[in-house]
Amino acid sequence: MERIPILKMGDFLLVTIQVDLYDQLAENLESDLINTINKHNSKGVLIDISAVSIIDSFMGRILGNIAVMSKIMDAQTVVVGMQPAVAITLVELGLSLNGVISALNVEKGMDLLRAKMYNGDKEEQTYDDSNQ
Amino acid sequence: MTTATNKEELFIVKEQDVVPLRNRVKEYGVKIGMSILNQTKLITATSELVRNLLKYGGGGRVIIESVTNGRDLGVRVIFIDKGPGIKDINLAMQDGYSTGKSLGLGLPGTKRLVNEFDIQTELGNGTTVTIIKWKNG
Repeated sequence: MERIPILKMGDFLLVTIQVDLYDQLAENLESDLINTINKHNSKGVLIDISAVSIIDSFMGRILGNIAVMSKIMDAQTVVVGMQPAVAITLVELGLSLNGVISALNVEKGMDLLRAKMYNGDKEEQTYDDSNQ
Repeated sequence: MTTATNKEELFIVKEQDVVPLRNRVKEYGVKIGMSILNQTKLITATSELVRNLLKYGGGGRVIIESVTNGRDLGVRVIFIDKGPGIKDINLAMQDGYSTGKSLGLGLPGTKRLVNEFDIQTELGNGTTVTIIKWKNG
């Protein structure tokens, strides 16, 4: 079965989605990620979607699920690199990805994860996807 | 008056068929010089509708066409299934309504992404959804 690789980098997990997502693939990623967080006791997950050309309601929901589930497992999720057209389309579709923290690129996403880890999770930071 | 200039038909029976379908629709958009944003909206709409076709209609066929109305070029995608049909179409078009476990954004959300949206359904006889995205729409 096709799977998206999950890389371990210290306390963080790095996922770069380089293929077109379909429902089963997204569902596999969701369960694989949660299992990997558990296995490595990871504190953060960075998901790079810069190569993803479309996100529909199902995949958007999976991203939201991953963020919520990892939070319950004491890990932060940051989604980085969303293409502008994807952000606009998601909002028009009616999906605001509430609860998903995003950053412009991998570097900024890593900074955000580190900051969240060392400063504790004092406040909820939610960035508006449409501003990217 | 909308006329079709180029057309092809794909059969969708399993989830993996969705990726090649999205690629074909994208190619139609690229061919008429559609912007990235409009392409993304069209492909996202296609992705939503083809999920319905698989989930509720048990698969079906999808027709992709290049169309023109004399002023603008566009892409028309028609989703035809022979599933159970939709009981209450007005309800199905409401934001947040779903008989499944989804968010219920599929039909109303899709309608917002395209320029023309038509749905014909008959209980026991299936559902046909037609969308058009104009190049400059």
